[in-house]
Formats: sequence, C-alpha cells, structure tokens
Amino acid sequence: MKEMDTGKLLKLVADDAQLSHAQLAVMLGVSEQEISDAIAGLEQKGIIRGYKALIDWDKTGHNLVSARIEIKVTPKATMGFEEIAYTISQFPEVETCYLMSGGYDLALTISGKTFKDIALFVAHRLAPLDAVQSTSTHFILKKYKERGLLMADAPRDEREVTSQ
Amino acid sequence: MMEYDKLLSRSAAALKPSGIRRFFDIAAEMDDVISLGVGEPDFKTPWEIRRAGIESLEKGHTFYTANAGLAALRAEICNYLKRRFTLSYEPKTDVFVTVGGSEAIDLCIRATINPGEGEEVLIPEPCFVCYDPLTRMAGGVPVPIATRVEDGFRLTAAQLREHLTPKTKLLILPFPNNPTGAVMRRNHLEEIAEVLRGTDVLVLSDEIYAELTYGTERHVSFAELDGMQERTILVNGFSKTYAMTGWRLGYAAGPAPIIRQMIKLHQFAIMCAPTTSQYAAIEALKNCDEAIEAMRSEYDMRRRLVVDGFNRIGLSCFEPEGAFYVFPSIRSTGMTSNEFCMKLLEKERVAVVPGDALGASGEGHVRVSYSYSVKHLLEALKRIERFVKSLPSA
Repeated sequence: MKEMDTGKLLKLVADDAQLSHAQLAVMLGVSEQEISDAIAGLEQKGIIRGYKALIDWDKTGHNLVSARIEIKVTPKATMGFEEIAYTISQFPEVETCYLMSGGYDLALTISGKTFKDIALFVAHRLAPLDAVQSTSTHFILKKYKERGLLMADAPRDEREVTSQ
Repeated sequence: MMEYDKLLSRSAAALKPSGIRRFFDIAAEMDDVISLGVGEPDFKTPWEIRRAGIESLEKGHTFYTANAGLAALRAEICNYLKRRFTLSYEPKTDVFVTVGGSEAIDLCIRATINPGEGEEVLIPEPCFVCYDPLTRMAGGVPVPIATRVEDGFRLTAAQLREHLTPKTKLLILPFPNNPTGAVMRRNHLEEIAEVLRGTDVLVLSDEIYAELTYGTERHVSFAELDGMQERTILVNGFSKTYAMTGWRLGYAAGPAPIIRQMIKLHQFAIMCAPTTSQYAAIEALKNCDEAIEAMRSEYDMRRRLVVDGFNRIGLSCFEPEGAFYVFPSIRSTGMTSNEFCMKLLEKERVAVVPGDALGASGEGHVRVSYSYSVKHLLEALKRIERFVKSLPSA
C-alpha cells in the first residue's frame, strides 16, 4: 500500500467534510484504518479545526445582518497585536478576525439580527477597548460566494449527450 | 413531391445512427434524470486558455489561418510531441490542425482507402462510434475485432494476426479507450508492432485520451516504437486533455506524404480550424501542464470511487487505467445492456450508455462516465445500488 498523500486528504475533506472514511480510503487508494488514523492525528494536532455546515440564512426566516469592520489598533510593546486580537476574537458575534497589512490592522466579520445589533456591538464592545483607535464598518449586502462555495443554485449541466 | 429516399446517398442512408444518441433522446424527455452519459470533461477550460482566446479576439485575429493551421501552433504541437513522447515531427510538413480529433480520423481514412476495392480497416471494439461509419463512407470495409475483458480490453498480437489479410489497409488503435478505459502499455504495443513489421499496414493511433492515464506509467505513443512512426498517423486534440471540447480543435501528425493528402481534403472541406481556438491552444500547450495534472488527479480519485462502487454493488468492474469511463459488466442481472439501461432509467432515473452502442462486443456492459462531481457520482451509485437490489435475480 502506498504512502498516503496528506495534502490530498486535507483538500478532499476541506471540499466536502461529509465523505465517509470508506469513500476517502477508496479515492486515495489506502485502507479505511489509515484514513481514520490520519484524520484522528490531524484533529489532534489541530490541523483539522472543525466541521461546520455552510448555511444560506437568506433562504430561512432567520434575520441575519453581517458587516466587515476594519479596525486600527495600538499594539502593545510586549504582545504586539496578539492581545487585542485575542480579546476581540472572544466575542461570539465575531465570525472572522484577521490581522491585515495596509491601511488598517484588524479585519472582522460580524453578524447580528439587525443593523442596530451591529451598531451597538461596535459602540459598546469595540470602541471602548483601550487599544482600539478607530473603526470603520461596512455592511454586507449580498453574499455571492462563501468559503469556496457559490451561494447561488448550481447552474444546470449544459453538456449535451453527443455521439461521444 | 420529392422522393427523398431515392435522391439520398444510399451509403449515408444505410448508416445506423449512434446508439448513444438514440438512448439519450429518450432520457431527455424525462424529469429528474441524473446522467452518467456525457463523453466530455466537466471542468471548464482553464482560465488562462480562455483568456488567450479572448485576447486573440480583442486583437482582431478574426481571419482564416493557413489551411494547415497557425505556424506557431504547429510548432508548439511538435514541441509537445517531442517533450512528452520523444517524437520528432517537422512542423511544416508532418502535422496539421483539424476541427477536433474526429476530423483527423475522417481525413486519415479517406486519404488512405481506395473506395470499392475491398480495403479493410481493422477496428478493435468496443470503441468510439465513428470509425465504422467513416470507413463505410470512405468505401472501405470495417473489420471489427472484439477485445476481451480477460485481456484487459487490449488488442492482442494473436487477434491482430488472425484478422490480417492481404486486403488490410489500416489498423485503428483507439487507446486509451472509450468506453472501456483500457490502455496499452509499451510491452503491449510492442507485441502489435512486431506483427506489423514487414507489412504495409498503416496505423491510425487515436490518442485523444493520452494525458488521461492513471498509475505510475504514462501513456506511450504507438509512433514511439521502433519503425512505427513511418506507418502511424497520430491523432490527438485539445478536447479531453484541456477540457476544450467546444473549441473543436485537434491535430494529426504523421509521414509527410499522408499528411499532404489529408491537408488537401481538409482545405477543400474545412478551409482551416477555428482561428480563436488555435490561439487559445498555443497557450494550452505552452503553459498548462499543471492544469492537466490537477484534472487528471481529480479524475483518478473519482475513478477509484466509481470502480469500487460498482464492485460493491455486485456489477463487476474492470479497472480502467485511462480515459474517464468505467465499463462494468451487467451480466449478473440476466438482462441485456439495453434492458438494463431502459429499466434503470425508468425506475431510478439514471442514464448510462448501453455497451452495445459502442460495438457488438460491448453487449453485457454499460458505459459510465465519471466526468461528474463526486456528489453527483455518489448519488448515481446510490440509485444504481437500489435498482440492482430490487431485481429478483440479483
């Protein structure tokens, strides 16, 4: 049996976390046990950090408003950006938190039920933090693609059956 | 009232329409059918190739090219054949650009067969549907050779020897094969070459799936074998390799005297291959080796999944090493290919191609294309399993 290609395994589960270990084993030409062991190892090392469903909330009755917030912060002499990034990441409203190069330092994506939720979050949670110098909030109007998936229904397979 | 039956060419009228088409015309009338029928990649043409096509239009390259194709493209084709197969062809005389591999096949047969003289064309079956009708229209005699699952659906030297006659003009070598996925490795090709040495038999090597072989060994061109280049017309194209089916672009490479005749027919019937496609193809050959490899690797994973799926269901499946089809046997169900496909379509709304549509020896098999997403393939396999389990004999 050949050595397993971990890169390929990761790419497959990153694309579709629902493939069974048996299916992954067949696709990569290794045993099911090897897949189970590899995945357990990757989870343990924190390389695979979790499995989540990608939901189009617009198709549900659930209200959801999202925004991108750009933040300029004052880094701490000892901790750099780590401490403030960690503090901000703790808020459950924060979906993503990235350290950026360029005109601002941290980029967040946050979601709430209403515009007001987001406004209050910025005013009451972010702005008062000592390290935060300024914030700039951009509301998301529509999501076309999320984590590599198009948020529109799959286009019809336009391939016609020919004499091939 | 015109009596068209009397006016039409009897040979054209006598050709049977493709069995693949016939079956899918029925499927097209039904709702919720999931198809495993198409014979083309599901990938879009890599972006840089599309971009090259667009750029050629922006620059106004909207004229005919030379009959044989753009000189730059012919040079790139020769570079590719050199770096990939160690084959030497002269761009000016040994290669020209066609409208898909199909045109090259047609021209090769027409340029070599003398109509009405009983010249025979050997066609290993099952295979792509065009060789037999094109041979008939060229006035040749198609001689099918049934390949066998126990030989890995390869043509064997013994079979070839058995079918060679003084009338044999041309051997068609359709490997990697549609529909079986069979490949012929160097040692298998060498056996064939050994039979042909010392004869005048020409070989049309249809290598359109050359870049889609799986396993550690890569495809070997028949023309690479000792003494074979002088008798081989190599047909290849961009459709399968670069996911460029709609661009309609292929090529033929071979001995200059044969290519010269083929170009003559091409210039009268076609003029030249589409100009935009030719510019795009230059980019494909120059810069897209990585894109090919990514697609190949994706097909390989699907191939394993589908072969395993059919074997689990109990429809024993020969492990294909090339192209993007599997060719499982459905004999265990006691049905003919056609019955199986019709019932599967009616009960579970899955469309696959009956094996006999690709030559009589395909009976007892179905052709399944895996150029679909993993999700689509898994759903289809689930339905096929439910169907097979519902059968009394299974």
